[in-house]
Amino acid sequence: MSAPNKDFDPVAAEALSEESVAAAVVAAEEAFASANDLDELKAARLDHAGDRSPLALANREIGALPPSAKAEAGKRVGQARQQVKQSLAARQAILEIARDERVLAEESVDVTKPFDRDPIGGRHPLSTIQERMADIFVAMGYDVVDGPEVESEWHNFDALNLGPDHPARSMQDTFFVESADSGMVLRTHTSPVQIRTMLRQPPPIYMIAPGRVFRADELDATHTPVFSQIEGLAVDRGITMAHLKGTLDHFASALFGEGIVTRLRPSYFPFTEPSAELDLQCFVCRGESIGRSDPSCRTCGSEGWIEWGGCGMVNPRVLAACGIDSAEYRGFAFGMGLERTLMFRHGITDMRDMVEGDVRFTKPFGLEV
Amino acid sequence: MRIPVSWLREFAPVPPEESGRDIADRLVRSGLEVETVTSVGGAVAGPLVVGHVQSVEELTEFKKPIRFCTVTVGADHGHPDTPGERGIICGATNFAPGDLVVIALPGSVLPGDFTIASRKTYGRISDGMICSEEELGLGEDHDGIMVLPPGTAQPGDPAGPILGLGEEVLDIAVTPDRGYALSIRGVAREAATAYGVEFTDPGLELGELPIPDKSAAPHECVSEDLTACDLLTLRTIVGFDPSAPTPIWMRRRLTACGMRSIGLAVDVTNYVMLETGQPLHAFDLDRLQGAVRARPAKSGERLETLDHVDRELSPADLVIADDRGAIGLAGTMGGLTTEIDGSSTAIALEAAHFEPRQVARISRRHKLSSEASRRFERGVDRSLPPYASARAAQLLIEFGGGQYRGMTAVEAPVDPIVIPLDPNLPGEVGGLALDEVTIETQLREVGCEVERAGAVLQVLPPTWRPDLTDPYDLVEEVLRLIGYDKIPSQLPSIPAQHGLSMGHRIRRRVGLSLAGGGYTETPAYPFIGTDELDGLGIPVDDARRRLVRLANPLSDKQPYLRTSLLPGLIATARRNVSRGAEDIALFEQGVVFFAGEQRADAAPRPDVADRPSDSELADLDDLLPHQPRHVSVLLTGAKEPAGWWGAARPASWADAVAAARLVATAVGVDLEVTSGVNAPFHPGRCAVLRNGDAVVGYAGELHPKVVERCDLPDRTAAMELDLDVLIDQAQDIVPAPDIQTMPVAKEDIALIVGEDTPAQDLAAAVAEGAGDLLESIRLFDEYTGEQVGVGRKSLAFSLRFRAPDRTLTAEEVTEAREAAVAKAVERFGAVLRS
Repeated sequence: MSAPNKDFDPVAAEALSEESVAAAVVAAEEAFASANDLDELKAARLDHAGDRSPLALANREIGALPPSAKAEAGKRVGQARQQVKQSLAARQAILEIARDERVLAEESVDVTKPFDRDPIGGRHPLSTIQERMADIFVAMGYDVVDGPEVESEWHNFDALNLGPDHPARSMQDTFFVESADSGMVLRTHTSPVQIRTMLRQPPPIYMIAPGRVFRADELDATHTPVFSQIEGLAVDRGITMAHLKGTLDHFASALFGEGIVTRLRPSYFPFTEPSAELDLQCFVCRGESIGRSDPSCRTCGSEGWIEWGGCGMVNPRVLAACGIDSAEYRGFAFGMGLERTLMFRHGITDMRDMVEGDVRFTKPFGLEV
Repeated sequence: MRIPVSWLREFAPVPPEESGRDIADRLVRSGLEVETVTSVGGAVAGPLVVGHVQSVEELTEFKKPIRFCTVTVGADHGHPDTPGERGIICGATNFAPGDLVVIALPGSVLPGDFTIASRKTYGRISDGMICSEEELGLGEDHDGIMVLPPGTAQPGDPAGPILGLGEEVLDIAVTPDRGYALSIRGVAREAATAYGVEFTDPGLELGELPIPDKSAAPHECVSEDLTACDLLTLRTIVGFDPSAPTPIWMRRRLTACGMRSIGLAVDVTNYVMLETGQPLHAFDLDRLQGAVRARPAKSGERLETLDHVDRELSPADLVIADDRGAIGLAGTMGGLTTEIDGSSTAIALEAAHFEPRQVARISRRHKLSSEASRRFERGVDRSLPPYASARAAQLLIEFGGGQYRGMTAVEAPVDPIVIPLDPNLPGEVGGLALDEVTIETQLREVGCEVERAGAVLQVLPPTWRPDLTDPYDLVEEVLRLIGYDKIPSQLPSIPAQHGLSMGHRIRRRVGLSLAGGGYTETPAYPFIGTDELDGLGIPVDDARRRLVRLANPLSDKQPYLRTSLLPGLIATARRNVSRGAEDIALFEQGVVFFAGEQRADAAPRPDVADRPSDSELADLDDLLPHQPRHVSVLLTGAKEPAGWWGAARPASWADAVAAARLVATAVGVDLEVTSGVNAPFHPGRCAVLRNGDAVVGYAGELHPKVVERCDLPDRTAAMELDLDVLIDQAQDIVPAPDIQTMPVAKEDIALIVGEDTPAQDLAAAVAEGAGDLLESIRLFDEYTGEQVGVGRKSLAFSLRFRAPDRTLTAEEVTEAREAAVAKAVERFGAVLRS
């Protein structure tokens, strides 16, 4: 702080004049306003708000004023410096925003450039449909069970009421394991998993068995020697065919849409009695296309129904072979092909697409679950 | 089984307005699988008329026989210039003046959209066409012009009705339980039930035939095995005219059913079989010596069957024989030596009942499935043989002349099966309310006799339903006739379960992880050949040579089941490459098969009447090969493609090892990696994958020779793990880590070691030396070159230290770091790089 100004200097006091102070403020504000970027503003700040700025210098003069004048001059300079400081801050804020915007603009990139450096793969639709189906049954309270793919003839045939001379046995194009009396086959259906489950645990049983099965057919657009099925089995007290129908209806609506139902037609399987063919209501036309040729329904061929699988009430002989008392327990069973399901569900027209492993086929199914 | 609708209507008067489609729909609902409804000669459009050949003029100036025929075609159909007649050029020679033929008049359209027009050819006007069966779409018999039997019709009569053109035919796929549906009789009965009309039984309506001359006895027959052949009948007919033609209506029906007309005698046996379901066989009586007998074949006995196959018989076969030997395989096919031919005038007509399994075994052993065996193995009405053969004899006499001599028969008594049925059972099984009256009504529709006996119904199934043997068979009959559409839809109440097993959850995780890691799932067939194992360089004593072989593989090149997923992935990769793919990353989760010990004895076959014992079940399981589930990847090309970010990163052994680690992470188990040697991998780029002490798989780059032999892109890498073993080690509950919050201290060190020193072992030494304060260690750089010298490499690790309870002092960190370096020096002679 300056010592009291004993030598009053009227010239020096000029800097404290109202006009001078006002002019300094104007000069400062003009300088700030004309600063185009933060660097220019920094220079203007040094000139007009720095230690050597006119107002700073004027401030020093206050000490030299007579005490009577100090207060007024001090107030004037103080207000002026405050005003300059605010102007500076305001300009600083504006220029910082501008600078930030410029920097962000400079950093902009073309976000449309594809970044496929880590390509993802895909799961085969046979895997995902299998899991989707399993989930529906797990939600109902079923267990998911596996069984061996090379299976004993006893589990694959005999226990399923397909005795050695049963005509249905020759209907199946079975792959036999060498030698002829090895007693082993590549399982022709997932039904032996039923047998294994019934032999392993007492009722109540509610299980499904998805898996690979084998028939000695040549590969063509609609056949493959290696395909997949899902098998369901329920054994409990008081099981009825109505329960079978209800379960299949629920399954159909869960997989194909609310309200889609199934239809049973009398048929024959050695392991069920009564037996039925299982039809699925067409989930595309919902039966609207029946009898129409234009437009016809490509999914169901305007039949309104799609053949889906087979089912029935477990033959008491099958229960007997597994040691289950058919007077106390009854069961139902059903099964359907997964390839076939995929074909009509996704509009796949050639079986070979599901077999050959062309990645272009599988990838669109991606990580679908 | 093909069913001409007119034939069905003879026995089931279905309302005339019902079309073949309508009938098919009704039959489908009652459980017969009608596959198609077609119409005979479907594509033919008239005018087709019967013509009478007046004269035939041979035109000799051509290289082939060409004949100009004058045919009378009735007053309304002649050419304007030649009333009642037309001239037609024809190249066939199997007809003569006086024959009745079928004429397609100009304007007719034959199959193939072939329109007949009057045209000039071979110098004459041909004014129509004389038709063959093939040209009319009736059959494949293109032996020549179709000649109608004399007296069939008048010239000018429309030919359509005579040929049965437009007749609808149902084609039914018959399930093994419904042998009765392999006949018009059986299907007509179902149709009558479905429509509620009265059924006329063609099987049982005919009584005994009169025998004009009782002085000569009919030919003898004998059954030596009354279990396998419990009924054998033989009718004798003499003085038969072998040249008598088959009436056109019979030919028409045989053709519609898919059978060829061969000659009256054989046609009649086929016709009656189609109508009633009873297979019949006609022997040439003059070629028989001694009684016709059913007996087991003798060892070494031979028989040439009608299909000209010379067969060696076994005592397990049942044959029909005369004194000279076998003359037929029972219920399957007749023999050649006693066959009816164009000169046979005396006929022995056999109709029998054979035990279904007996015929099934014969058919299977001789790989011979015939119209007869298909019926017998599904069960034929046991009461039918005498009736069916009477019907056949009557037809033979009616159309072929001859004299009936009578019948001989042997029969074993059989006890009828009476099935006790709890009248509540059909409703309980169906899940709907059914009163007893309804049940009895439906069972009677099927042909059962029903009697109430106390609380149960005593049900006697009809003879034509040998498949009905237990109460559930009756339940099915009742429910299907009521209609499955009457069964309500209801969910059972199921006890709570545990959801997916850990194994299933892990398998899903593994699949999702690999797919997310860039691998595409491509399940392959499990069939392989030894060529593929040779291509992989699998040694002869390797476990992967313990192959399960198929007795009847699809391809002789791939008769085995896979012991590794790699051959499948390799073939799939190659297929993708051939279709233009370059960057390929594939995976499969699937079962592989390792053969067990060869068994000396035959496989066990426990009885199915009751649960086998635990030891019997264990025996059955002992048969089976070891079938673990593996997971495998194969990759080639770029793992990361080139792009605007920079160059591509080629797929390598490291990706394969990383894939194995990815799987281990998904399973939730540790995987230790050491270097090793294993086919099909590059000996210097093969990782042995262990969990604990167990080797669970291998990963790395494929051996260059393997790559070459398998025609794969260079540097293809792969991995295969035994997923089942890993899943067994998975923990259900993962313990939470202890998270420390004190400040971390970071130190980097670079150690120069011999180039053979495994990075993992060096890291382990550093970690051991660093002690408990070390939180983590990570290799972040590798350097080889001048600065470290030949045969040496520098490995740089970043170390993080942390104490659970305090901020580490500089002295503590330095001490730990120096101890870490000291351990590396001690164990590997490492030099700290400064």
